[in-house]
Amino acid sequence: MLVFVIRRLLQSALVLLAVSLVVFAGIYAIGNPVDILLPDDANETERQAAIRALGLDRPLLVQYGIFLLKAVQGDLGTSFVYNIPSIELIFSRLPATLELAMCALFISIAVGIPLGLWAGLRPGTKTDEAIVTGSILGFSLPSFWQGLMLIMIFSVTLGWLPSNGRGATGTLFGIETSFATWDGFTHLLLPAINLSLFKLALMIRLTRAGVRETMPLDFIKFARAKGVSETRIVLAHVLKYILVPIITVIGMELGAVIAFATVTETIFAWPGMGKLIIDSINKLDRPVIVAYLMVVTLMFIVINLVVDILYALLDPRVRIKGQTV
Amino acid sequence: MPDEALLTVRDLRTHFETRQGVVKAVDGVSLDVRRGEILGLVGESGSGKSITGFSILGLLDAPGRIVGGSIRFKGEELVGASPERMRALRGREIAMVFQDPMMTLNPVLRIDTQIIEAIQVHERISTRAARARASAALQRVGIPSPDERLKAYPHQFSGGMRQRVAIAIALLHRPALVIADEPTTALDVTIQAQIIFEMQKLCAESGTALIWITHDLAVIDGMGDRVCVMYAGRVVESGAVRDVISSPAHPYARGLIDSIPSRNERGKRLSQIPGAPPTPFSLPQGCPFRPRCGRADAACLEVPQETTLRGERRVRCFHPLEESV
Amino acid sequence: MNSEISPTAPTASSSTVDESRLRMLWREYAERRGAVVALIVCVVLLAAAILAPIIAPQNPYDLSVIDIFDSRLPPGSVNPAGFTYWLGTDGQGRDMLSAMIYGLRLSLFVGVLSGLLAISAGVTVGLIAAYAGGAVDALLMRVVDFMLGFPAILVALILLAVLGQGVDKVIFALVMVQWAYFARAVRGTAMIERNKEYVEAAISLGLSRPRIVFGHILPNCMPPIIVIGTMQIAHAISTEATLSFLGLGLPITEPSLGLLIANGFSFLLSGLYWISVFPGLLLLVTIFSINIVGDRLRDVLNPRLQK
Repeated sequence: MLVFVIRRLLQSALVLLAVSLVVFAGIYAIGNPVDILLPDDANETERQAAIRALGLDRPLLVQYGIFLLKAVQGDLGTSFVYNIPSIELIFSRLPATLELAMCALFISIAVGIPLGLWAGLRPGTKTDEAIVTGSILGFSLPSFWQGLMLIMIFSVTLGWLPSNGRGATGTLFGIETSFATWDGFTHLLLPAINLSLFKLALMIRLTRAGVRETMPLDFIKFARAKGVSETRIVLAHVLKYILVPIITVIGMELGAVIAFATVTETIFAWPGMGKLIIDSINKLDRPVIVAYLMVVTLMFIVINLVVDILYALLDPRVRIKGQTV
Repeated sequence: MPDEALLTVRDLRTHFETRQGVVKAVDGVSLDVRRGEILGLVGESGSGKSITGFSILGLLDAPGRIVGGSIRFKGEELVGASPERMRALRGREIAMVFQDPMMTLNPVLRIDTQIIEAIQVHERISTRAARARASAALQRVGIPSPDERLKAYPHQFSGGMRQRVAIAIALLHRPALVIADEPTTALDVTIQAQIIFEMQKLCAESGTALIWITHDLAVIDGMGDRVCVMYAGRVVESGAVRDVISSPAHPYARGLIDSIPSRNERGKRLSQIPGAPPTPFSLPQGCPFRPRCGRADAACLEVPQETTLRGERRVRCFHPLEESV
Repeated sequence: MNSEISPTAPTASSSTVDESRLRMLWREYAERRGAVVALIVCVVLLAAAILAPIIAPQNPYDLSVIDIFDSRLPPGSVNPAGFTYWLGTDGQGRDMLSAMIYGLRLSLFVGVLSGLLAISAGVTVGLIAAYAGGAVDALLMRVVDFMLGFPAILVALILLAVLGQGVDKVIFALVMVQWAYFARAVRGTAMIERNKEYVEAAISLGLSRPRIVFGHILPNCMPPIIVIGTMQIAHAISTEATLSFLGLGLPITEPSLGLLIANGFSFLLSGLYWISVFPGLLLLVTIFSINIVGDRLRDVLNPRLQK
């Protein structure tokens, strides 16, 4: 087990290094790095000063070394627009995005798995077809259009829920979150639903497929032969059996949810990382773009690592090897 | 003085409605099982022997259903019985042991969970008491240090051990009847002998009747009381094991016995039944064995009915073999 | 289902698919009427996109035809020249119906082209990996896993941020994002096929390697490619729309459906729904139909679910 973790850590470090190389190459080697790192309105003297200050007259390899060194210390440049370190900027927005992502993930699991179970246990029925078609619709709708429709229906027409920004936050269990206030909660609902729809469809399909593949297996029949009730078979046998791969998918999807948040945050003006990156791309705030890339890559690597470890822990066949009686 | 049979099956028909047509897996099977006796159900793949076993317990997967006939257990009719009634019987009065121990037990649940569940579904006892019963059951089938083994997962057991666990589960409530569907086919030859011996012993101890489904006539030769030979969904010959094996009446039974390696002389060619068993969609007209039978004639274009040769010997053939001197 | 009585299922042919097998697949596909409807819709949309210059009432790129005074007219309005704007006009006075047809054309073009290119690239990589095996396979699959670890939208965003706008750049970004799926699927199937008997038979007959790979292994890898390809095209269309909506995809001079929706966003809240909603509906119908077809294909081609 320990060997496994160490090996994965090393692999992750390698991946991070690879990404830093790609980013460095993209930003510093291709195109004019001065243009990328300086605001567009700098004049010639400022340029020359900047080139020397940034060490751009040094050989490329040395520059890469400096880049890495600074990165490890947490210095990934300063934002042109906000004039604070990019890292600081990103981390200030991170909680909002995480809150949104967690909420969306929760919705997709809490609604998706039961629906998927329901459909999987009734193959070929109208319910099954309806749920499947609904799930296809779920991932056919581009999320930005879903968001627009949600706003149109619930905000403009019905006026039930706000469509803009994050509401007032309070402290719950020591964390600042929107769940602590009603205002915060109502502001969280629409964007969370919007973000959850893709994953909801995925959960439904995964669970349904898992159930359909598991029910014909021998051990289910054997459980019936023991006289076990169908309810218990579904909840204790089937669910536990399909949960392991599903949990790993959920883990991997967490990264995707955080990425997809960019669209949702843009539409609902939610002050998270995603909106930041879109704004930065539009305003050509390149240090922030670089910092965002590195941070997000790191996050994905960490998430993947945790998921791998979790999988090894959850599946007894993987966890306990080679101890056959 | 015939004592009333424990299980009486009359003219059982189990059909599967598939996209390609109706598969008559079991097409008019009749058999009796008396208390405490071991009945062998012998036939090749596709003969319908396993389906017969599943039909008795009501464990048919869609699209299979019992379309006709009667199954009386202790005088109670099982065909058409409510699902609740069947569930109460399964594991308690009639138990089943499956062929492939790999998939019989749920790989993600512990052994104790799966045994305790089998106990608690029919009896209201505390988990602790159930665990003690489970431990005793494992001991009974010859598994050493049962308390430790209980905490293990199925993949930590060898095939033979897993089958013992399955047998232990089957005998938990001292059922009147156990249906064993090719329980030793997937095991090593040496383990096979052990398992056969265990089952014989345990059934004799508790007076449990046993239906042993197999394709291997030699196994029944060693341990069965009576035998039913199946071909293409019907019983073609039945009677006491000694009688059937020493002087088979049906040409197919004769062919099976002749092709047992131990019954042939060394160095001589193994005798084989020519041809192959019919597929469900290409059943010959009349007697299904006709194309492979050396004794077939025009009369065999009709479907032979079951006739009684003498006493308990029954056969489905227009030209049964004569008794050897 | 009990293995004892499985009726003889059609065995996978080692050479190209037979006529009768195609017919049987079609019959099974057609069991779901919804899937047939979806297929018809896809064909109609494709035809409309190809025939756009012929069937669109107005050329939305022709500035001489567009009249700014006709802007923001509701659906069904008729202008002084007698021209009917069936679905209304947008902020520039363009006929919505024409803009949508041309937008559909662009969206489909980008989606299908990037899909096909991604399939070619992915299949090639997958076949190479499966056939070469060993270190080459391991390296290629590491790259694939790496690419698949990142969500499509993110990679596309960053690529376009670096590369700038333009149809070719969007297609490039979409291909980069999709090829890995095909590579992995093909490699998996090719690996399985490689170990099958008919390959050994072909080798022993002296058939050349490329012939074996392209003539025999590839056709048997087709089912997952078809399924994934269909749904990836839908996904590509959706992604392009999203990128255009965010302002990073196609430039304003070549409006895809995504851009049309984006343009209409601001009008939405003042009640001029048709500028955003109609392109949105068309986009939705397109993606939905393609996905239904892909989903049905998956059910039909999936050997595990065959009873």
